[in-house]
Amino acid sequence: MKDLPQVESGALESPVDLDPASDASGPPPAPERPATSSGRLIVTLAAAGALAGLVIVLVFGWANPKIQEYRAMVLREAIQEVLNEPETVQTWYVVDGALSRTPAPGADTITAEKVHLGLDAEGEPVGYAITGAEPGFQDVILVIFGYDPGADRVLAMKVLESKETPGLGDKIFKDTAFVAGFREAAAPLVGVKKDGGGGADNEVDMITGATISSRTVIGIINHRIEALDPVLDESGS
Amino acid sequence: MKATTPTEDLVRGIWKENPVLVQLLGLCPALAVTNTVANSIAMGLATFFVLVGSSLLVSTFKKVIPHEVRISAYILIIATFVTIADLVLAAVVPVIHKELGAFIALIVVNCMILGRQEAFASRRPVGRALLDAVGTGAGFMIAMLMMGTFREVLGNGSILGVPLFGQNFEPWVIFILPPGGFLTLGFILLTFGWWQERKAGTPRVRQWPHGVATPSREEAA
Repeated sequence: MKDLPQVESGALESPVDLDPASDASGPPPAPERPATSSGRLIVTLAAAGALAGLVIVLVFGWANPKIQEYRAMVLREAIQEVLNEPETVQTWYVVDGALSRTPAPGADTITAEKVHLGLDAEGEPVGYAITGAEPGFQDVILVIFGYDPGADRVLAMKVLESKETPGLGDKIFKDTAFVAGFREAAAPLVGVKKDGGGGADNEVDMITGATISSRTVIGIINHRIEALDPVLDESGS
Repeated sequence: MKATTPTEDLVRGIWKENPVLVQLLGLCPALAVTNTVANSIAMGLATFFVLVGSSLLVSTFKKVIPHEVRISAYILIIATFVTIADLVLAAVVPVIHKELGAFIALIVVNCMILGRQEAFASRRPVGRALLDAVGTGAGFMIAMLMMGTFREVLGNGSILGVPLFGQNFEPWVIFILPPGGFLTLGFILLTFGWWQERKAGTPRVRQWPHGVATPSREEAA
């Protein structure tokens, strides 16, 4: 047994400057059973890996349409909710500081910046549904809100994705009083302590124990309005 | 290796050698996602599925898998089942999938599952491996449910989202936060140990009745 590494290191000595310490590590402990050839090990693992890959691809093929469908449904429902159930919804892309029905050439329709315009039964615009995301207390918070650029008012707000602390930060979507505070609030919003504001219509009561999360939601909406207001006003709605 | 009956194989994991309460395995999901009953059920079911599926496969292919690469092969099998569970949960119950987040993927490294493969499924006939996996999986679910119920009732005043108490109940928020997981597990283990000791009829503490490092009978063999 002791000879084994020495033979190996002897063969390697001149081309590779082998660290002598590696000799000290000695041979691996003797296997209790006859060693399996490396070929068989590789073939077994490769076959198992290929099979596993095949199974995962099949399941993914089945599951992915459902997952995408769910995502689209969540977005559709959220748009309906924050625009107070408009009759029809149009998607407008923001291209070079102006709204366009088609995305910029070459842009991905999923990641391209866009707003959703809601129209009522008479075809009159009721407002835009705008998404925005910023880091909250735990992870990025994704928010969608309805906005009427003519009146400079937020119509409603809904949190799409958040990993905020259960019981504290998750009140940004579980606390109905907080969510209701965004209804018809004037932009830009100002977060105030519960019952601490002067009752102005741009004040939103923040949540006790979830200051950072509430502030982030208000911040997302203000920043998105600030960025998009010139674009939306230009469109004359 | 002491011979066990099929019934013993099935029942052992449920209570006497409960993976969480006695063997203290699989604590990561038990602490992390038991903040509501619904999450506990989903996590329990996903783990159950992965455990039963991989035990079946490992036991079936135990002669084909070379000894040298057995752990890699087990991990590969487990990871495949976990990915399937992840995708199925995302497609069927997207809301719960979102809540569980990364913890579904982390079932891959759940030592309870790998432990059952190495200690049992890779040495026993398929039928016994199946019984053992079902028993252990059920034991895991029981432990998850105990923790989930305890934490949701105290921390949120509800069960499965249905409020139990009136408006004036002030939820004990700590119990749905991470520290609450440790507290809950501690209380449950304390009760469990106390109950075991009483049953054994020993008035004084001699040793923890189920030492962490004490392997179960077949594992010691």
